[in-house]
Amino acid sequence: MTTQTRIFETPLYPYARSGDQDAPMPVRHPVVIVGAGPVGLGAAIDLAQQDIPVVVLDDNDKVSFGSRAICFAKRPLEILDRLGCGQPMVEKGVTWNLGKVFFDDRQIYNFNLLPEDGHKNPAFINLQQYYFEDYLVKRLRELQAQGKPIDLRGNNKLSAIGAHDDYVALEIDTPEGPYNMEADWLIACDGANSATRRMLGLDFTGRVFEDNFLIADTIMEADYPTERWFWFDPPFNRGQSALLHKQPDNVWRIDFQIGWDIDREEELKEENIRKRLHAMLGEDAKFELEWCSIYTFQCRRMESFRHQRVLFAGDAAHQVSPFGARGANSGLQDADNLGWKLKLVLDGTAPDTLLDSYSEERVHGANENILNSTRSTDFITPKSETSRAFRNAVLDLAEAYEFARPLVNSGRLSVPCTYDGSILNGPDSSDLPVRTRPGSPAADAPTRDGWLMDRLGNRFQVLAIGVDAPDSLEDGGIGIEVLRLSPDESPQFTERYLGEAVRAVYLMRPDQHVAARWTSYDEKAVIAALKIATGRA
Amino acid sequence: MSKINTQPNIAGADDFYAELLAIHDGRPKAESDAINARLILLLANHIGDRAVLTDAMTKAVDCGHR
Repeated sequence: MTTQTRIFETPLYPYARSGDQDAPMPVRHPVVIVGAGPVGLGAAIDLAQQDIPVVVLDDNDKVSFGSRAICFAKRPLEILDRLGCGQPMVEKGVTWNLGKVFFDDRQIYNFNLLPEDGHKNPAFINLQQYYFEDYLVKRLRELQAQGKPIDLRGNNKLSAIGAHDDYVALEIDTPEGPYNMEADWLIACDGANSATRRMLGLDFTGRVFEDNFLIADTIMEADYPTERWFWFDPPFNRGQSALLHKQPDNVWRIDFQIGWDIDREEELKEENIRKRLHAMLGEDAKFELEWCSIYTFQCRRMESFRHQRVLFAGDAAHQVSPFGARGANSGLQDADNLGWKLKLVLDGTAPDTLLDSYSEERVHGANENILNSTRSTDFITPKSETSRAFRNAVLDLAEAYEFARPLVNSGRLSVPCTYDGSILNGPDSSDLPVRTRPGSPAADAPTRDGWLMDRLGNRFQVLAIGVDAPDSLEDGGIGIEVLRLSPDESPQFTERYLGEAVRAVYLMRPDQHVAARWTSYDEKAVIAALKIATGRA
Repeated sequence: MSKINTQPNIAGADDFYAELLAIHDGRPKAESDAINARLILLLANHIGDRAVLTDAMTKAVDCGHR
């Protein structure tokens, strides 16, 4: 392994004594977040930007150990832009569009993600999770410097929890001993093995996949192109699969499926990993190992993501296979969905039942992700002779005939979730394009004043497209800003928001999702839709 | 809902059947299974209609349970 000090071995937010530890009575905070991973940090930034005081507890003081999640999709990048830290990630990240699929000893076809034009962000970037978290911590420090109320506590480990109807009692372990505090709301972002979930004795059911995967993050000066390469049954890993994917700094993610009955310790020996890599890359290949790990996975979720005053987000609430990059990507969409709802509830402008819609909408997202990731896993690792025969039939046919290529499933890459059927959705107009129907995330498009996405989010907005409307609206203490747009901002804008219509009105949620839409402006209708979207109807 | 055609539809039924068996002649079972899988996928794509495919799968399963 390399000897230089790596970013994920350096304490980034070391333990410091908090005033809470010396308080005579437990201090009550509006929001406490458990876990400073991508989801916990994202949620903390979202809340702090809205001036909600937030305490983040992490059981260590460093970014993710090893690269772990490496693939970030467009929708999370848009969320990160809203959180003020998307672009450094896009600049550092590796943008890729081309994928190649190999079967046995040959390439059977390649595909291009063909990203749609008229979007600020790329379809995907590859970026090590440690960089991702490092940028989030930098953003958090920037907010602190601006006086935003955000407190990140390293080496603060949740050791006991008491859930009540109107608050949560917490006991925290630190290097200087335990202390107690309380939270009006607790957000558990403490990963697939969530201690919060375990201590509350909550369910986490689903399907176990009996397989192991070996990750070898390999540093090499290689002239492999910036593409995703996936092998089914290659000569260097017979009967199994393998993946090669580029990360920044000449780090390559190499992932070997290695089966169920393995000797973990033996597989993780550097000499054995090197043997596998030489078989794949050639005997002369020169490389260093940055990080290696063996993982197994399950596809499962909690029944509900809300339990009284405790809200679960990310892997703590739902777990998927890595195929399709649906873990961190969906966790960020959880945080995105939760931030504005919690703000309204804390402000007292919406009832706390609005937070039930967080669970409903994100359970819908989790179901979609679990379905897709289970199907990918069944294709990649067939569980019976017959499923293997069909899988290989698809691959053989895909080499010769185009029709079989859509059946090849090496991971259906994360796409944003549309909250079809959500109780927060208001009226729809069938004259407008299907892709921007209520429940959908806004589709980016160029406008005369920049990217549409850069002009959306963090408050309710009305898009008044080719119609007259007042500058702003208000109902029950919740404001709506009006954004006036012309029907011909750009061809992509017209196509995505109007279709054949000449004018339209969209009510947008603070998380950039469409709440309701019409083909003419009616103030009463907009206010009624706002009530629905904020759980006050 | 569209149903799969269950009326006789192949001219020269005996010829077709003989040809179907002939492609499996002398092959090990694994090879035959692979050919059958490819054949099913080719035919399914040709049919295309999802409701017809579901109907065909249902009938194929049910028929064996009589």
